[in-house]
Amino acid sequence: MLGALALIARDAVHGGGACRCGADEVRVLADREDGAVVRHAGLVAKAHAPGTEAGPHAARLALAGRPELGGILLPPVPGPRPERVAGRPVTVWPYGPPVDPEDPDAAPWEEAARLLALLHRTPPPSGAAGRLPAMRAPAKAALAVARMLDAAPAHPAAATVLAAWRTVTETGTGTETGTGTETGTGPAAETGALAASGASPDSGAPRAYLCHGDFHLGQLVRDFRGDWLLIDVDDAGLGDPAWDLARPAAWFAAGLLPGEAWSRFLGAYEAAGGPATGADPWTRLDRPARALTVQTAALALAKSTAERRGLDEVEDVMIDTCARIASARTASGSTASP
Amino acid sequence: MQCPKCHAAMHTYNRNGVQIEQCSGCRGIFLDYGELEALTRLESQWQAPPAPPAAYPAQPAPAAPAWGAPHGGHHGGHHRQRGFGRMLFSS
Repeated sequence: MLGALALIARDAVHGGGACRCGADEVRVLADREDGAVVRHAGLVAKAHAPGTEAGPHAARLALAGRPELGGILLPPVPGPRPERVAGRPVTVWPYGPPVDPEDPDAAPWEEAARLLALLHRTPPPSGAAGRLPAMRAPAKAALAVARMLDAAPAHPAAATVLAAWRTVTETGTGTETGTGTETGTGPAAETGALAASGASPDSGAPRAYLCHGDFHLGQLVRDFRGDWLLIDVDDAGLGDPAWDLARPAAWFAAGLLPGEAWSRFLGAYEAAGGPATGADPWTRLDRPARALTVQTAALALAKSTAERRGLDEVEDVMIDTCARIASARTASGSTASP
Repeated sequence: MQCPKCHAAMHTYNRNGVQIEQCSGCRGIFLDYGELEALTRLESQWQAPPAPPAAYPAQPAPAAPAWGAPHGGHHGGHHRQRGFGRMLFSS
């Protein structure tokens, strides 16, 4: 797969011509099960996840190329090339430098927030041809829990993560959900149903917005001008934009993202007219942030178990946060609502 | 010199670089020509010690959910650095 991607990227840059690119410009940028990316100088070739459905993939690719999203989403590079390799869709994109992982103080929080706000404010394309699937953030959280149940069902922390997950999947519209939704179906059936149906744990979204679906700081690159752009539309689609703020919100709530950075991010989002928050941002963010906390913790259990290692300190923090989520909801459910 | 008022001896003091004569009896002060202006100038240059600089504008801590980490208990230092690296990756 990586070899095929390298050839596609090379051909996209040079055609059949000679290559004098430096070794540092030709390299594998990502090799994960949900996506492999190989760079060749100014372009990258990406193999999307196995099982990517053709219809939604085409709609998402078309979205990234829409002119009204110029300056917000990185557009793909068109051209004649294999559309699939080993059953996986392959696409080509401009290369852009990512966020520097060694320099937290330089993280472009304001720019990221502004781009998300602009994306959310863009009216979804109309017409059947541009019909977009749902964004996948809620489904990814459910899939992470399912993966944990599959890979690490006996982990000592799994029950804590599941207890936090139940606060996400409880029916109800949000902040003062009561108890009483506990049934005998068990967590596996519960998460399975949510994942299979693609149902959003957030049932109260009044209308569908354009959403990224998997925002984090790794989803930003600089374009040739040096301006930041959002990349990766694999999880993009229509939904509640609060989910796009959920990962920074979860990291802030866990105590890992300083309040100062969170304030800059949220302030820039609101200043740019982003629709995901209101007078009290946590009214909308609370449930998605809990879901992202659970997702991160669930994947930590699955991965650490597969790698036969203990949890590291950051993973421990996420488990601790799951415990607080579960106990906070228990406390609020056992007392009378104000 | 002697005090022109009570005739007691006057002693010379240096106050901020200005020579002044003070009477050892009545405590009166004699200023030479220009010394009053010199003292006035010094007074105007004197400023209250600056307030401790505010490194950051005082901002209230951002709102957090009920299940958020305890206030003030945020994990700093290497937690932050490692956490930042994680924020660059999908999970």
